[in-house]
Amino acid sequence: MTPQPLVEVRGLRHRYDDGTLALDGVDFLLFPGETVALFGPNGSGKTTFAHHLNGLLSGEGFVSVCGRSLEKKNLVEIRRKVGLVFQDSDEQLFMSTVLEDVAFGPLNLGRTPDEAAPEALRALEQVGMQHAAGKAPYHLSAGEKKRVALAGVLAMNPEILILDEPTTSLDPPAGRSLVALLRNLPQSKILITHDAAFARALATRAVFFERGRVIADGPVAEIVERFHWYPSASNATECLRR
Amino acid sequence: MKILAVLAWLVAIGTSPRITPLLAACYFALLVGVTILARLPVGAVLLRAAGVLPFSATFAVISIAAGDAARAEALIAKSYLSASAVLILAGTTPLPKLLRGLESLGVPRFFTLVVQFLYRYLFTISEQAQHMRMAALARGSQSRRGRRASPRFRAASGAVATLFARSQARAESIHGAMLARGFTGRMEPLAAPSPRAADALFLAVGVLAAAALRFLPGAVR
Repeated sequence: MTPQPLVEVRGLRHRYDDGTLALDGVDFLLFPGETVALFGPNGSGKTTFAHHLNGLLSGEGFVSVCGRSLEKKNLVEIRRKVGLVFQDSDEQLFMSTVLEDVAFGPLNLGRTPDEAAPEALRALEQVGMQHAAGKAPYHLSAGEKKRVALAGVLAMNPEILILDEPTTSLDPPAGRSLVALLRNLPQSKILITHDAAFARALATRAVFFERGRVIADGPVAEIVERFHWYPSASNATECLRR
Repeated sequence: MKILAVLAWLVAIGTSPRITPLLAACYFALLVGVTILARLPVGAVLLRAAGVLPFSATFAVISIAAGDAARAEALIAKSYLSASAVLILAGTTPLPKLLRGLESLGVPRFFTLVVQFLYRYLFTISEQAQHMRMAALARGSQSRRGRRASPRFRAASGAVATLFARSQARAESIHGAMLARGFTGRMEPLAAPSPRAADALFLAVGVLAAAALRFLPGAVR
């Protein structure tokens, strides 16, 4: 028997106020335990799509998350289930200390400060950042900020993690350490990335976006090969060889 | 507690009928003492407090023109002393704690929330401005010398428009990030302020000093 999908999207369309058609009939499924990489050129609609899954944007079509359709009355529950880590961690870290920032989500879910603080500390421990609890977020390195941003969503105990360009501005050791960290997290994941090596290390499936549509869905290696989605350096080597 | 002590100071300064040089010196000495105790840079605090002077000087000039030089002096002295006290409070208290303190004193949550966002977005605008300045310098933007005012003004006004557009986009992203973590318009504090004995002592000393400076000169006279 096929398991119930955690995320089900059918015919999703989104047009921005300036008239740009960002999503043009996207169909997508995410099953429990899966990690799916979203590939595609810049401006192909990946981030817009991710924002729909958390209810930050709404368009035409059907979106269901953990059995709940994307409607205003379900937004609080959907945002609890879907943890969205933004590309720019600075946008996500806005409180004065790391602990307060990580506790922001649990407090919004109605936890008391006495409940939220240990939950935030646990999430920080999970990402190896408990030592930074009292620090100001802007004193952290890019890799540390990414981990704290991840802790901010883990503290809400989500069932699905969406990471938008998680390796951007990370040096190779920080990138490897992020891969190790994500591997140990039990949640289903959607990774928006241009980094084929990162996707290969974590994802079981890849989806390719182009001009607001999903034009391919399959194993990561196959999609990388089909769309020549190699890391820039190996791509350049390949071009030179030809 | 600190807010209440500063409030007592402001009331004492504001309601003093006359600020004699001796009284002003007493207030000033106490403020400098507190600044040193708080390990704040005295010179910087005194210099920044002077930022209020252009505003109070405007009204002082009006008072002098109306023939009331004593009022002009009092205006300058009171505004400077008040600004120094507020700066010491701001310099020794992180904004979130200050806002929490204000809330516990009954200031509406909406007001403190607006201040918190304003503070956050000021950083956003300043960050954007820094990035734009670096980008302009990196592409050979000239310093002020050697350029005519008109093109400079045009470039500056264009940059300000871009700065606001970019800041708004960034502010929207920050708001989106907050919504994504369940923000519904209410920011819950992680820990409520818990006053200690030392805070109560500070308040008592602050209020007593303010009361002494406010009422003793009259009693002596």
